[in-house]
Amino acid sequence: MPSAVPGLARPKGRRLLPFSPWHLVLVPATIILIFPFFWMIVTSLETPSEALRFPPDLTPHVLRFGNYPAALRAAPFGRFFWNSAVVAVTTVVSNLALCSAAGYAFARFRFLGRGLLFVLIMTTLMVPFQVTMIPQFIITKWIGVNLLAGAGIGHIGSLIVPNAATAFGVFFLRQFFRTLPIEYEEAARVDGASRLTVLLRIVLPLSAPALATLAALTFLDSWNNFLWPLIAINSTSASTLQLGLATFQGAHATEWTLLMAGNVMSLAPMLLVFLLAQRYFVRSVAATGLTGT
Amino acid sequence: MAVTAARASRRSESVAGWAFVSPAAVIILLFGAVPIVWSLVMSFQRNNLLSPHTPFVGLRNYRQLIHDPAVVSATEHTVIYTALFVPGTMIVGLFLAVAMNRELKFIWLYRTAAYATMAISTISEALVFIWLFDPSYGIVNYFFSAVGLPQQQFLNDPSQALGVIVVMTIWGWTGFAVVIYLAALQGVPKELTEAAAIDGAGRWATFRRVTLPLLSPASLFLAVWLTINALQLFDEVYLSTQGGPLGATTVLVYYVYVQAFQNFNFGYASAIAYLLFIVILVATAIQFRVGRRFTYYRS
Repeated sequence: MPSAVPGLARPKGRRLLPFSPWHLVLVPATIILIFPFFWMIVTSLETPSEALRFPPDLTPHVLRFGNYPAALRAAPFGRFFWNSAVVAVTTVVSNLALCSAAGYAFARFRFLGRGLLFVLIMTTLMVPFQVTMIPQFIITKWIGVNLLAGAGIGHIGSLIVPNAATAFGVFFLRQFFRTLPIEYEEAARVDGASRLTVLLRIVLPLSAPALATLAALTFLDSWNNFLWPLIAINSTSASTLQLGLATFQGAHATEWTLLMAGNVMSLAPMLLVFLLAQRYFVRSVAATGLTGT
Repeated sequence: MAVTAARASRRSESVAGWAFVSPAAVIILLFGAVPIVWSLVMSFQRNNLLSPHTPFVGLRNYRQLIHDPAVVSATEHTVIYTALFVPGTMIVGLFLAVAMNRELKFIWLYRTAAYATMAISTISEALVFIWLFDPSYGIVNYFFSAVGLPQQQFLNDPSQALGVIVVMTIWGWTGFAVVIYLAALQGVPKELTEAAAIDGAGRWATFRRVTLPLLSPASLFLAVWLTINALQLFDEVYLSTQGGPLGATTVLVYYVYVQAFQNFNFGYASAIAYLLFIVILVATAIQFRVGRRFTYYRS
């Protein structure tokens, strides 16, 4: 059949398949990428004897949800989830507040010691967490004993306070604020607005994309953090989801059906949030690549 | 009058500056900057649970770590892991991003499947891969037997365990690499690749000579970022092997953790942590230096 636009007609013979050949690559790749998710769900719906059959069945015969209540009886996943959510949300809120205040001052104000303080803060970005974790442990312990019992070792406050502001957040927002036109801010100052009002009413509303990016990255970091909770938390009741899941694995090492039910419950909320806000997360992660290059 | 007003405004700017900066600065300096100095000091001390005294011992911790076979092998494992994981992730990410950078039916489904790996935590990832690679009942061994390959011990085999960790972490980072490369690919102007095609370049030549150089900033970023993360590998090792079997997966951070929070040798652990810091600095510096030669910036 002749094409309506001759120039755009596909050369004959290129179309051996009724679909693009790229599907032949992408379908197997996608199956491999999804398979771990698929397999943990399958295992979580089986009885232990079904899971240990060899060769395994690729699909369960009956859907049995009994492993989920069993996992909930074995470990307080609801509690873990609540702790992770409190820590992540509080960390995000305090980072948005503290880093935007600091980032704004570094971007716009001239004050004595600004350069030195900024360099000091940037230095901490280069140092890996493993270098600072031992003193951080000692300092957090000291704070819990001497200053604020709710922020010491063993409390979920110890997961929030050390991360309440980050050097990355300050740097990221400072860079963004500097791209904004300063005229609005100057006009508002002339009209008698205070510096705080200018930040809250003019700068922050213009910075919604940057704030959303920082929020998404901070949330992911906090939610998935493992090493610091492992060091700072020593009780089940204060465990985060990641720490609780690791402890759960230690206690039920070969009960695969139970473990996979626990795993599905642990990653489902984050996966759901991610899928709903996929566009935001993807844009945020891509933004780290752009600031990094 | 004007002079005092200007001075007053400068002073108020200074006060405002410090007021805005202080809350964040206190947190970052207390938990970020002070510990850098503190752990450096500790690395020159004997600091352990055995005694409350923490005398300075000069370079003894550093001398000890050079002769500690566990540190030497942990450094080797860290370097081997990084050398496998970083190129592996970049190749998988680049390949998938190129395949996904086109209008296709179900492309959103393919992309979502790749992105979804970003939402899974290291702990969840390790937990499911331990099950997939279980020597007795894992499905990977079943696939092996289905195609006639011998059964493997995987995480129980000292010669394979690190390789399994490489596989699971590549899977976990695929989404990240795909996002970075897709964003970069979308910045490649169509005119350039079309011009190359008109000039008679084949698809591979166009990719190799036009697209790949334009992706080099993204590649450099990924190489640096993935390397920094690879050198800090911990979570997967903690969950899947605890450094075993026979120490085959003991990487530097895992050894720091053991020395610091299981043996409470804070001084010695700090020295190893500083060794890790130096390894990261050197690796990053080399990548930027070498990378600059191969990186092409358009502007």
